[in-house]
Amino acid sequence: MTGETALLGRTLRGYRVCARGNAMEHIISVTVENKFGVLSRVAGLFSGRGFNIESLSVAPTLDPSMSQMTIVTSGDERIVEQIVKQLNKLIDVIKVVDLNESDFVSRETALIKVHTKAEDRAEALRIADIFRANVIDSTPSTYTIEVTGDPKKLEAIINLLQPLGIKELIRTGRVAIAREAIRPAVSQPKKLARE
Amino acid sequence: MKLTGSEILIECLKAEGVKTIFALPGGVVLKIFDMLHQQKDIEVVLTRHEQGAGHMAEGYAKATGKAGVCLVTSGPGMTNVITALADAYMDSVPLVCISGQVSTSLIGNDAFQEADNIGLSRPCTKYNFLVKDVNDLATTIKEAFYIATTGRPGPVLVDIPKDVSMAKAEFTYPSSVAIRGYNPTYEGNKWQIKQAAEAIMKAKKPILYVGGGVVFSQAAKELLELAEMTQIPVDMTLMGLGAFPGEHPLSMGMMGMHGTYCANMAVHYSDLVIAVGARFDDRVTGKVSEFCPFAKVIHIDIDPTSIRKNIHVDIPIVGDCKAVLRELNQILRATVNGNQKDLRKPWWNQIREWQQAHPLAYQQDPDGAIKPQHVVKRLYELTKDRDPIVATDVGQHQMWTAQYFKLARPNRWLTSGGLGTMGFGLPAAMGAQAAFRDRLVLCVAGDGSIQMNMQEMATAVVSKLPVKVIILNNRFHGMVRQWQDLFYEGRYASSYLETTPDFVKLAEAYGAVGLRASKLGDLDAVLKEAVSTEKPVIVDVPTYPFENCYPMIPAGGCNHEMILEDPPELKQRMAGGPSVGSDENKDTILTA
Ligand SMILES: Cc1cc2nc3c(=O)[nH]c(=O)nc-3n(C[C@H](O)[C@H](O)[C@H](O)COP(=O)(O)OP(=O)(O)OC[C@H]3O[C@@H](n4cnc5c(N)ncnc54)[C@H](O)[C@@H]3O)c2cc1C
Ligand SMILES: Cc1ncc(C[n+]2csc(CCOP(=O)(O)OP(=O)(O)O)c2C)c(N)n1
Ligand SMILES: [Mg+2]
Repeated sequence: MTGETALLGRTLRGYRVCARGNAMEHIISVTVENKFGVLSRVAGLFSGRGFNIESLSVAPTLDPSMSQMTIVTSGDERIVEQIVKQLNKLIDVIKVVDLNESDFVSRETALIKVHTKAEDRAEALRIADIFRANVIDSTPSTYTIEVTGDPKKLEAIINLLQPLGIKELIRTGRVAIAREAIRPAVSQPKKLARE
Repeated sequence: MKLTGSEILIECLKAEGVKTIFALPGGVVLKIFDMLHQQKDIEVVLTRHEQGAGHMAEGYAKATGKAGVCLVTSGPGMTNVITALADAYMDSVPLVCISGQVSTSLIGNDAFQEADNIGLSRPCTKYNFLVKDVNDLATTIKEAFYIATTGRPGPVLVDIPKDVSMAKAEFTYPSSVAIRGYNPTYEGNKWQIKQAAEAIMKAKKPILYVGGGVVFSQAAKELLELAEMTQIPVDMTLMGLGAFPGEHPLSMGMMGMHGTYCANMAVHYSDLVIAVGARFDDRVTGKVSEFCPFAKVIHIDIDPTSIRKNIHVDIPIVGDCKAVLRELNQILRATVNGNQKDLRKPWWNQIREWQQAHPLAYQQDPDGAIKPQHVVKRLYELTKDRDPIVATDVGQHQMWTAQYFKLARPNRWLTSGGLGTMGFGLPAAMGAQAAFRDRLVLCVAGDGSIQMNMQEMATAVVSKLPVKVIILNNRFHGMVRQWQDLFYEGRYASSYLETTPDFVKLAEAYGAVGLRASKLGDLDAVLKEAVSTEKPVIVDVPTYPFENCYPMIPAGGCNHEMILEDPPELKQRMAGGPSVGSDENKDTILTA
């Protein structure tokens, strides 16, 4: 067809499908109604659409009618955009923040129960000390160590304790919060209390 | 004064303007039915299966634009209605489904006919509620209707335990709702709309790609204005049919897998795709990576998740079609200058060329068998003046109806697109008929699909819903057979139905009218008789069994690479007579 070939004169314009980039870890903070069944709606969304959940933590907020979820997930840009939009679409979801869009701090706590033979007990304590971890329970043959930090720190202490023999390990999953933007100290004149 | 939960429910439905509900009783909802029985404002259509109730509510909703309501019992009543909920969810149909539940004290105990209604329906509803306290009932119903009908519409389930339906509470219907996590966006971003207007003014080969969203937002008038003002051709999705007049010179008809040649060529070669209330379904895009490769894309949709889900979008506009198109038209009215017809001449020349090269077509059978397309075409020509509502089942007959029944207005088209639910047609048609008792409501059905909800003929007769069902009887799961002929070397695995009931006798057994058009020459007379009969009618039309639906874009293929007729290998095989089993061949099927 003549017209058709004439139209083909143009070059293909870039990509059509949203580019499938590299999967990146994202921490998403979700404020939800503190209601029965909300967790299953969020979990169902992730499983139903094949999104990853690496960890999920939920706890009440200052306002008892809301809960805060921190979800660690991964995906390329397009998937994470869908995750954020799909979460927003849930009626019980009040607010969604992809923390990766700004600076944030995140922490995780692990409780590690280590077997301790008599000769290892001092070593266990030394390791705990290096990581500013606390011993929160102790029996003649075990210590339970509580450690908080970013995932790298947790991996590191776990690696060091492993040779002593880890009996049980429980991790909370990560929680995260956005960093407040830092303002230059001078530009913010202190407000008078009465103003 | 205090009312029981059942009375409160009924008062709420009345306050929402509900005139008809589709329902089937059971133990835990007896109190609700008892109260319904004692009032006159709401008509109860007793269906024969809960799936039927769900699809009727869908048909009612699609034809009226209001929420459809169905009422089912716990356990099996609930599981039976799931298909309809999933269907409504996929096609964004506003529905409120009330389900009965065992008493609150028994929940979780594996009580008789207990099912986890909330868990079962969660993935196929927009939202669902379990009402644990009768004091929450009125607010819940208000919220259910609000959520079902606003934003992107969808089904909402309200699960009412038996004790809640009996308990008493003070009744006041809330006048407003506030749900802090739910605030649909209606007005589009003005800056984005301006960008869209500029892109439209610059485009040389623009195309409108319009979908179900235009129907939901009642934006047909705004769409017509936009298309006429800018002289942009209009492609419709299956769900968008009726959003733009099918006979309008700017209409390209349906696009996608079984869309018209020109609709698919136009979208493939366009330089600007303006998607309005459509969701880039894979039946439309074909191979996504090569969908409209030369175009910028504008996407107007009320649901942010629809945007950039499947395809990159250059100008996203989140908002209601009507509001956005109004704003867009206003900008364009001020900017459009010169004669758009002249401006678009090269594009239209190209489009007319495509239209003439491969219009929708079929050949009459040399041996006089009735061609299915011909039935739809005649049905259309014989009834179009009556502005009928048309329902379909799922399969080849659905695609032929989409191609040949050129709807002039929205809310006349009841079809299952996203889920593709066989058995949708008859109950959906009945739901629309219940809303509009005096209108002509047609259902083009398949001999396979109709048997999935045939039992509702009893409802049609008893509840006086005089729908006209035209069965395109090819004795096959025709759509399946077509794929087998094209991609499985003609091995008809479980697609040949071998025997179907005598649909004429079946109609009569139900107390409806049964007619048959056995010869091409009888067709018009039989169709005319059917549409002038006052009772429900089934017309059995034996059609040529091996007809295939074209154009066709094979799954995963590109939009400009359509199959337009039986490929040579298939023609050759058919000439030799295909085998359907050890002792069956083409001739025995034709004479059976
Ligand atoms: C056998 C079979 C064959 C099929 N073949 C084809 C085919 O050839 N061509 C075809 O097109 N389809 C075909 N389909 C249907 C297909 O599967 C999809 O259902 C259909 O393409 C979706 O249509 P749509 O994009 O208009 O979306 P819909 O499902 O109608 O969705 C509507 C969109 O509009 C949005 N919306 C809703 N309300 C508003 C509002 N007020 N304002 C703005 N936006 C709104 C929604 O968010 C959604 O994104 C076929 C189905 C079957 C069963
Ligand atoms: C409930 C359900 N089961 C199976 C299918 C798969 N399917 C799609 S079309 C079709 C055949 C439909 O046959 P019929 O109703 O006779 O229509 P025809 O294609 O012959 O016109 C089947 C089995 C479906 N869409 N829905
Ligand atoms: Mg059939």
